[in-house]
Amino acid sequence: MTAATTTAIGAAAPRTRSRANLTVSRTLRRVLFDVAVGLIVLWSLTPFLWQLNASFQPDRNLSAAVPTWLPFPGGTLDHYRSVFGERHFQGYIVNSVIVAGTATLVGLFIAMAGSYALARLPLPGKAVVLGLILGISMFPQIALVAPLYLVLRPLHLLNTYEGLGFSYMGLSLPLMVFIMYAFFRGIPREMEEAAAIDGASTIRTIWSIVIPLALPGVVTAGLIAFMLNWQELMLALAFTSTPDRQTVPVGIANFRALFFTPWGDMSAASVAVTIPIVILVLLFQKRIIAGITAGGVKE
Amino acid sequence: MTTVGPTSTTVGVEEPKPPAQPTRAGRDHVSFRDWMTGAALLLPTVVMVLAVALYPVLRSVWMSFRNTSPILREDNFVGVANYGQLLADEGFRNAWLNTLWFTAVSTLIETLLGLGFALVLNHPFRGRGWVRAVVLIPWAIPTVVTSRMFGFLLDGQSGVVNYLLLQVGLIDAPINFTGDVRFAMGTIIMADVWKTTPFMALLILAALQSVPPSLHESAAIDGASSWRRFLSITMPMIMPALLIASLLRALDAFRIFDLPYVLTGGGPADSTEVLSTLSYKTLFSGSQYGLGSATTVLMFLTEAAIAALFAIWIARRFKILEG
Repeated sequence: MTAATTTAIGAAAPRTRSRANLTVSRTLRRVLFDVAVGLIVLWSLTPFLWQLNASFQPDRNLSAAVPTWLPFPGGTLDHYRSVFGERHFQGYIVNSVIVAGTATLVGLFIAMAGSYALARLPLPGKAVVLGLILGISMFPQIALVAPLYLVLRPLHLLNTYEGLGFSYMGLSLPLMVFIMYAFFRGIPREMEEAAAIDGASTIRTIWSIVIPLALPGVVTAGLIAFMLNWQELMLALAFTSTPDRQTVPVGIANFRALFFTPWGDMSAASVAVTIPIVILVLLFQKRIIAGITAGGVKE
Repeated sequence: MTTVGPTSTTVGVEEPKPPAQPTRAGRDHVSFRDWMTGAALLLPTVVMVLAVALYPVLRSVWMSFRNTSPILREDNFVGVANYGQLLADEGFRNAWLNTLWFTAVSTLIETLLGLGFALVLNHPFRGRGWVRAVVLIPWAIPTVVTSRMFGFLLDGQSGVVNYLLLQVGLIDAPINFTGDVRFAMGTIIMADVWKTTPFMALLILAALQSVPPSLHESAAIDGASSWRRFLSITMPMIMPALLIASLLRALDAFRIFDLPYVLTGGGPADSTEVLSTLSYKTLFSGSQYGLGSATTVLMFLTEAAIAALFAIWIARRFKILEG
């Protein structure tokens, strides 16, 4: 785009003024570039800001023909009161924290051990295991839901934290293994060899040398897995049936009222469950970007 | 939920170099202990992956050849009858085509838009770190929330998008974005593009940053315009990464569930019914495990075909580049 404008201006202007011309085209480029940056920011933020605004608007503003652009004056906390009062949304949040948190933490330890073994230790058939883990992460999730449901049912694990957490742990393992594998491979071997010569056991070497060095990778893997577990909907819908075990995505998906769409309450609930994630992303953006580009991660 | 794949050259699956060992006797000893430790460390991962992924997939395949319905108390082998029924079923074909359409259009838009984002973010400017963080926000917002958000923005009665379009004069009457057959799929695609473009942008940005600036500098000295440099230097260099990112995106787009489930429920008139939502309904609303499993197997086969097509395409491109 910038190149096209340069040539257009260059062609239109007389030769003698080429220097002034160059400045003009440079300024124009600069402006176009700033506009592009502005559009990207606007595109990324506006929908969420609009929801934030809606969460403070009284219902009559939300159903009015003309939108109210700002939450003040006349803003209200009624929707938050309703969400955390009669709708008892904190129940879903607690469930999500328990399920996604435990699955991520326990999964992280399992994946840490597994990815270290794959990255470092001399094992036959490692390529096969890695290939298997990669291949399995390609299966459509819907293909796993029904069989897992049929496994969990006779074990009385439907509508429990354990049943859903166990499934999340297994499903986020490939991703965590892959991210940490990449990080472990990037750690210089000399440190471990020195520890081994000093007589440290493998476990001890991992715990006191490798993990501290690979901590960025561990944090990255944990964060991304947590974010994915936090927003998972399909399994949660299938495996849980009562609000005392249902997670946040199910709570939001099932949001209904009898006579009208409760946009205000819905926005308040959405904002409440999204703000912590947004803060995490802003704090750890470098880690997360590293994880995305190393692992090709996507929900 | 997750797709994992090598998207950059730093992550390979090749075997690591064997560690240097001091003596022969020492090597045998260390090897065995390391082997035991390694196996013990790897075991939980392998067991979990087998239990939560491989076993269910195999059981899905097995169930797809049976007629299993807890309601009718039936469970018998029916061969490929389920597949025959699906292929003859209008609803399945509709969902299959919808899914392919969604996958193709959203992947294409997200790749192009992501490339645009990445080109902008690849330039140094003040506050770039912040912009990059802001770009991540749509990706981080739970998809269920995204669905609700777009439902609100695009509401047929009090949605702000309709209000703005009416004010500008582009439309005469509000559009029912989620309830009109002509717009519902477009709405889903739009919401998906919003959510996923950042992911594509970051993958492409990583590729852009691996292009050595010296190439651009010397080409600029030779008088190549920036458009020319983009076509002859940037594009060929990032093409492999771009194609792999698109492949990962396409495989993931093919499984879309959350957006149609929450935003349209598959409607109106099944115009946004995709394979995941159709399978889910067959499995859990209809309790037809055989038919539902066959749907998921056909879905997996289609994904494998998409992956194979991409692989062939990528391989051919590489050959062209080498030759």
